Amino acid sequence: MIAENFNYDAPTSLEEAIALLHQYGDDAKILAGGHSLIPMMKLRFASPTHLIDINNIPGLSYVKEEDGYLKIGAMTKEVEVEESEIIHAKYQIFMDATKLIADPQVRNFGTLGGNLAHGDAANDHPAVMIALGAEVEITSKDGKRTVGIDDFFHGFYTTAVEHGEVLTEIRIPAASGNYGSAYHKAERKVGDYATAGVAAMIQIDDQGRCTKAGIGLTNVSPLPFRAKRSEAVLVGSDLSEAVIAQAAQYAAEDCSPSEDLRGNVEYKRHLVGVITKRMLNKAISRAKK
Amino acid sequence: MIKCKTSKAIGGMGHSKKRKEDARFIQGKGNYVDDVKLPGMLYMDIVRSPYAYAKIKNIDATAALAIPGVVAVVTGKDLEKYGLHWMPTLMSDTQMVLPTDTVMYQAQEVAAVIATSRYLARDGKEAVMVDYEPMDPVMDPFKALDEDAPVLRSDQEGKTDNHIWHWEVGDKEKTADVFNNADVVVKQQMHIPRIHVASIETCGCVASYDKVDNHLTMYMTTQAPHAIRTVIALVAGHVGLTEEKIRVISPDIGGGFGGKVPVYPGYVIAIAVSFLTGAPIKWIEDRSENLQADSFARDYHITAEMAGTKDGKIQATRFKVLADHGYTDASANPSKFPTGLFSIGTGSYDYGAAYMEADAVYTNKPPGGVAYRCSFRVTEAVHAIERMTDMFAKKVGKDPAQLRMENFIKKEDFPWASPTGWSYDSGDYHAGLQKAMDAIGYHDLRKEQIEMRAQGKFLGIGISTFTEVVGAGPSQDFDILGIKMFDSAEIRVHPTGKAIARFGTKSQGQGHETTYAQIIAEELGIPMEHIQIEEGDTDTAPYGLGTYASRSTPTAGAAAAMAARKLRDKAKKIAAHLLEVSEQDLEWEPGKFFVKGAPEKAKTIQEIVFAAYTNHPEGMEGGFEATHYYDPPNLTFPSGAYICVVEVDAETCDIKVRRFVAIDDCGNIINPMIVQGQVHGGLTQGIAPAMYEELIYDKAGNILNGTFMDYLVPTAVESPSWETGHTVTPAPHHPIGAKGVGESPTVGAPPAIVNAIVDAVAHLGIKHLEIPVTPFKLFKELQKVGYFKKAT
Amino acid sequence: MTKKITLKINGAEHTMEVEPRMLLVHAIRENASLTGTHIGCDTSSCGACTILIDGKSAKSCTILAVQAQGKEIATVEGLATAEGLHPIQEGFHLNHALHCGFCTPGMMMRAIELLEKNPNPTEEEIRWGISGNLCRCTGYNNIVTAIQWTSAKMQGKELPSTEPKFV
Repeated sequence: MIAENFNYDAPTSLEEAIALLHQYGDDAKILAGGHSLIPMMKLRFASPTHLIDINNIPGLSYVKEEDGYLKIGAMTKEVEVEESEIIHAKYQIFMDATKLIADPQVRNFGTLGGNLAHGDAANDHPAVMIALGAEVEITSKDGKRTVGIDDFFHGFYTTAVEHGEVLTEIRIPAASGNYGSAYHKAERKVGDYATAGVAAMIQIDDQGRCTKAGIGLTNVSPLPFRAKRSEAVLVGSDLSEAVIAQAAQYAAEDCSPSEDLRGNVEYKRHLVGVITKRMLNKAISRAKK
Repeated sequence: MIKCKTSKAIGGMGHSKKRKEDARFIQGKGNYVDDVKLPGMLYMDIVRSPYAYAKIKNIDATAALAIPGVVAVVTGKDLEKYGLHWMPTLMSDTQMVLPTDTVMYQAQEVAAVIATSRYLARDGKEAVMVDYEPMDPVMDPFKALDEDAPVLRSDQEGKTDNHIWHWEVGDKEKTADVFNNADVVVKQQMHIPRIHVASIETCGCVASYDKVDNHLTMYMTTQAPHAIRTVIALVAGHVGLTEEKIRVISPDIGGGFGGKVPVYPGYVIAIAVSFLTGAPIKWIEDRSENLQADSFARDYHITAEMAGTKDGKIQATRFKVLADHGYTDASANPSKFPTGLFSIGTGSYDYGAAYMEADAVYTNKPPGGVAYRCSFRVTEAVHAIERMTDMFAKKVGKDPAQLRMENFIKKEDFPWASPTGWSYDSGDYHAGLQKAMDAIGYHDLRKEQIEMRAQGKFLGIGISTFTEVVGAGPSQDFDILGIKMFDSAEIRVHPTGKAIARFGTKSQGQGHETTYAQIIAEELGIPMEHIQIEEGDTDTAPYGLGTYASRSTPTAGAAAAMAARKLRDKAKKIAAHLLEVSEQDLEWEPGKFFVKGAPEKAKTIQEIVFAAYTNHPEGMEGGFEATHYYDPPNLTFPSGAYICVVEVDAETCDIKVRRFVAIDDCGNIINPMIVQGQVHGGLTQGIAPAMYEELIYDKAGNILNGTFMDYLVPTAVESPSWETGHTVTPAPHHPIGAKGVGESPTVGAPPAIVNAIVDAVAHLGIKHLEIPVTPFKLFKELQKVGYFKKAT
Repeated sequence: MTKKITLKINGAEHTMEVEPRMLLVHAIRENASLTGTHIGCDTSSCGACTILIDGKSAKSCTILAVQAQGKEIATVEGLATAEGLHPIQEGFHLNHALHCGFCTPGMMMRAIELLEKNPNPTEEEIRWGISGNLCRCTGYNNIVTAIQWTSAKMQGKELPSTEPKFV
């Protein structure tokens, strides 16, 4: 499997990368980790005429807490998230998710920004970001703008990142109080795309009431999906078994999966229900620790 | 413990010697076909059909040929000029090399692009424009037999339907009679799906034709280099490529499993192009081409029935098979066995009536079928018998282990004549199952199962006690394209007592360089480290039918022992001469002959061999070489007792293999480490079709999972930690008592796994599950029995 | 269209003129003639092409040769030194962790990084750690054992027996 030919540039600054995007126009693509794009090019499903490799641009790779946010540089590799101390301590959802993304070699190169900017509802981070209420920083020649995760995904392989723009940072409201998060996906074998995946985030006050809830679903809707009815029933509740069951049921009902080799609609809804329940319980137990 | 007759230094049978072939593989010095690079070599890529069934209206190569570096585009019409557009399959059917007018399956070869680099060949391939007129394909083998189904093989004169052959064995009337009078009959329709061997190395070749010498050197991924040379000569003899002008070299092979037995069109096109251009042509498949176009395995639709008494005595079985062969029967079976050795399907049980029949049909799928690490359709047969045995046990209310114990052929009853005509050579099935049950703690598991069910958790225990039939085969019955299925060994011992031995087989990871050396060490007492093994070059190795169907040890392994024994006889004569005694006064111990009662008067094998070159008796031929072609008197019948324990998630239907114990009986063991390795690997290729792998086509003939993204080869995570052991019942007719083992685990594991999963959910009303048993499939079945609600 | 790059493979520099689309695995195998690194699929699924780039295990079929400019590349050919085999090579050999040998180089390169990051992996961690490498022959048992053996060897611990264990 061999890609069509293309031109290759490896700029060392963001300004240069953006200038190249403008220079080459619509046929240029950003090369981040490359582990989604290069396979597509090898299969000739994608044939950009210019690749702009942003791996040599310094300063786009970090995981840090700052200004009330967990900030993740767009070029941060999955493995760097997996190994980050802050993540281990407070954002275990990323531990759950990264373990299930592809395989260790791919995670050595695949980036968080790329996983989002690819605009694929089958990827895992979109649901995680929805659950965590992330926002995304996008840089263009006119400066930086921020887009909430709910406005980020526009369609299959299309996102809020316009031509001439680069996704540069992901910001997640910092964990505070009794905060817990969890992710799981059903997969046919390790490294597969999700048959159905659920990301959950829960914050609980000292009286045991839920003050904040986020639920994102993977690969069960055309776009990465926020289970709003589920969140609504959780927030303000005591997170009783009945409430969790209700939230799980809403998630199962509200997603819109399609049938494929991984399963039919009923099975996927069923999985969403079961995994939502399990991830909520896991997030709650983490929040209570 | 395995008893060894030789010292560790000699390293004969029974020693877990580390492998001799490892050194090059662990240092990146293996030599696989894609590593072959010849001066002036051109690269070939293949244009493939996007349709399952279509007329080719036009092939326009103009744009491809305009690409600098693209040298030629070859079509069926080009090959037709030389009569090379069709070739025979191993089953005496015919297969297109390149089509002249019609494509018969998606991914079929349509044209070949030759270029100066791999990359340019690919560019050329994308630029070839083919105009197709698609037709409705026949994808369902049952519908292929409908009267109004289009006749796919209109190339065959007088063909009026899609039926290929009918086969039957056993006593139909007697079996019907038993069924009619039986207390209990169980019946199940099952599909053993189409799967793919998916060796990690794909197929490929470098065809290098020398115009000056009129000589072809063919480096290719083949498990049977000699047979392939003969086939090439049969296909291309008329253009001057006769057998002495062909050298087939099978270099290191990255896994075979039966997928590297057939002759694929790509090989023939490469030869044709090299023949016409005089340039070496390299063709290496992509994974997707490999999965989508190369021979499949299995694809048997079986209606299985078992009859017996209400107290659990099996009395008869009846199997009816519909075999989907794709558009041509390209199986790799012995000629007289269109269903391979499927008739082993009466299994390990003692009963007298069986009848089996099979019909094969053409469909618009890729041709096949090959083995997938299975001795000619034994896996299909074993799946049927082992599933039916469990269903029968359930029906009569008996524990499946107990029922098996009560129905096994007893060890004193061997040789045992099966109702389908086999003479089972030996076995001790009771001992195997008992060992497996003890190892896994069978009775405790049954108790745990009850406790877990009370908590709403599902635990299942599944058994498979199979009998294999391998080592094809005796020449009165077994041939491929008329060539008898014996195999060969040639041993040449050098003056200093070191040896080289060559074989007609070809290892693809089985470790022949180690195990054959151990067999010769066993017989001659020469340390195995001093014996070099060579295979895979038709210019140097003696003729043999190759490595597949677990036949290497039963045939070539026996040939090695027999050739070594010829040499030992000669050694005895020389020793008698050197020690000035008569042959009757000599005794052998591994490595030397000594005078009876005077062990200090001895000659080592090394001294004897040296004498064969320096001081041999008058009238004796000099040198120390022997060749043997071994024609087995019978097949061998390895067996096994496997027990699998699964846990099923009551909500998600996830299935986890908690434990798996495999007790194999492959007769005498040459190298326990290698046998265990073979069993481990075979078990993972057993869990694969049981839970993960299946080639799936839609109604329009599109393959839906033609890459490793969707064709789910198990990783180390899906594969459990296997627990293995053995019982040893030597094959009585085999020179070293060995039986072969490479495929037993692939054959035996799937029913153990499925029986375990069915057992886990049997209390919910599940009686049978089709493989691969995925969580999705299990969910649907549990919906049918009302465990999960159906959406309204 | 071509670019001149220099790849540093196992310490030796290889300068070559490549199209940007040239995959690193092809540059290694064909331009640098190091054929120990293999190709087993076209979807980054099998891991046969695994090498180390700056110490990180990488699927060289999914990385462009031009991206590797200036990086330290390690392949199977660089494992053994004048002193002898690398412990992972010894581990694979002694524990019968290879049959056909095709996945072996990639599997070993992956195992090296795994042990570098986690010198004492559990069986579970090893299985997940090699989940990007398919082996069709061994059933993985002995690969796991080999990595455990190598872990002991690299830390100077008592070496486990390499005799096969049977029930």
